[in-house]
Amino acid sequence: MSINNDQPDLQRRDFIGKTVLAAGAATVAPGVLLTVANAGSDEGVSSAVRWGMLIDTNKCVDGCSACVEACDKENGIDLIERPQGQSDEMWNAQRPQWIRKVKLRDTQTGEISNLPMMCQHCEHPPCVDVCPTGASFKRADGIVMVDRHICIGCRYCMMACPYKARSFIHQDIAEQLTSAPRGKGCVESCHLCANRIDAGRETTACQDACNQEGHKAILFGDLKNPDSEIARALKAQHSRQIRADLELNTGVRYTNV
Amino acid sequence: MGSLSGIRRFAGMVVGGALMLLATGAISDSAVTKGSKAAGLDTCVAPTAAMRRNHMDYLKHDRRETVHKGIRNTQYSLAECVECHAEKDSAGAYKPVNADGQFCESCHSYVAVNLTCFQCHRKTPENMSGNGTAMREGDQRQVFGLLQSVDQPLSLSRDELTRLHAKIEGN
Ligand code: SF4
Ligand code: SF4
Repeated sequence: MSINNDQPDLQRRDFIGKTVLAAGAATVAPGVLLTVANAGSDEGVSSAVRWGMLIDTNKCVDGCSACVEACDKENGIDLIERPQGQSDEMWNAQRPQWIRKVKLRDTQTGEISNLPMMCQHCEHPPCVDVCPTGASFKRADGIVMVDRHICIGCRYCMMACPYKARSFIHQDIAEQLTSAPRGKGCVESCHLCANRIDAGRETTACQDACNQEGHKAILFGDLKNPDSEIARALKAQHSRQIRADLELNTGVRYTNV
Repeated sequence: MGSLSGIRRFAGMVVGGALMLLATGAISDSAVTKGSKAAGLDTCVAPTAAMRRNHMDYLKHDRRETVHKGIRNTQYSLAECVECHAEKDSAGAYKPVNADGQFCESCHSYVAVNLTCFQCHRKTPENMSGNGTAMREGDQRQVFGLLQSVDQPLSLSRDELTRLHAKIEGN
């Protein structure tokens, strides 16, 4: 193929990945079952799981923002105050948002679809590629996060992300939740409720909220476990990655879009 | 000469004695903020002398475990520092640990070391009846230990304390 683009050579990565995998597998004695490291384990997160989401766009309701509100509350985003004297326009353009509602209109048919958009937890995340400090990273279980202890606030990752998933904190923050530290000068984005997952819970705040409203548009789970609800759903129906052409292999997938 | 070395020896003994006092925690009562949970406990998550000298390294090590590997039951955690060392005011509200005269601030200002943790981290224990607390359910460790009812004085037996901080060595 002679497509000329600036994407990383994924075949080469695949090869390296497989080599490493093979080396890893060789050291595990036959018959030893590797269990998924999860809640409070001493080994930490494991690459035997990959967390992801499946969003059914047909079920996402126009005008509903339950997921957005739940996310704001769960991650203390609602505690962030508008900097003094900032205009509505600026505040709405810059306020941190981990998940937002997007409305799409097909220009030919006029069909409207609604969907929640957040960090897609790319397998090959451009935000991690461009980060000069190593603050943007991907956990073994596929969750892409920012280590704010290391982030210098250069915002390269914000520019690199094709999904506009990242926010920058522009002002001093007076109050935070214990589970959601946050301060001026760092970038942040959806981490699939990593703190809940690490504590052994199996849903995200947005999913809970959507279910509570009765819409059930968001399904969260382990993409690598063939018996998980999400893996079965992905097998049974056609789903899409947004901007699949970028070959990022996103962990968040959409149906009916 | 003889008298000089005698003075030296005496000075050495005085300094040594002062260090020993520090090391045995004889003045630790005054360092922990009165009215905080820590004041009612025998010991921190490591011997007092080690905590005084090394808490920043312990925290830095374990923050990596937590952020990058998702290990949240580390021995050292800033959230637990706050949980234990925050003092209540007369109205029953927690004072920020980095406020004037409070546990973290008083020592940091004495030694003139910037206390930057709390630019990002929460400065008071979370009100458990409040909303939006992510770690509330499903986390047995916290339910068992430091996050029990904030109105009750904390009373843990030696055994419970050992289970809470499994790696504490007897001292
Ligand atoms: S969606 Fe954006 S922020 Fe999330 S992993 Fe991909 S590039 Fe990074
Ligand atoms: S803003 Fe922070 S996370 Fe983003 S690229 Fe710069 S250092 Fe990395």
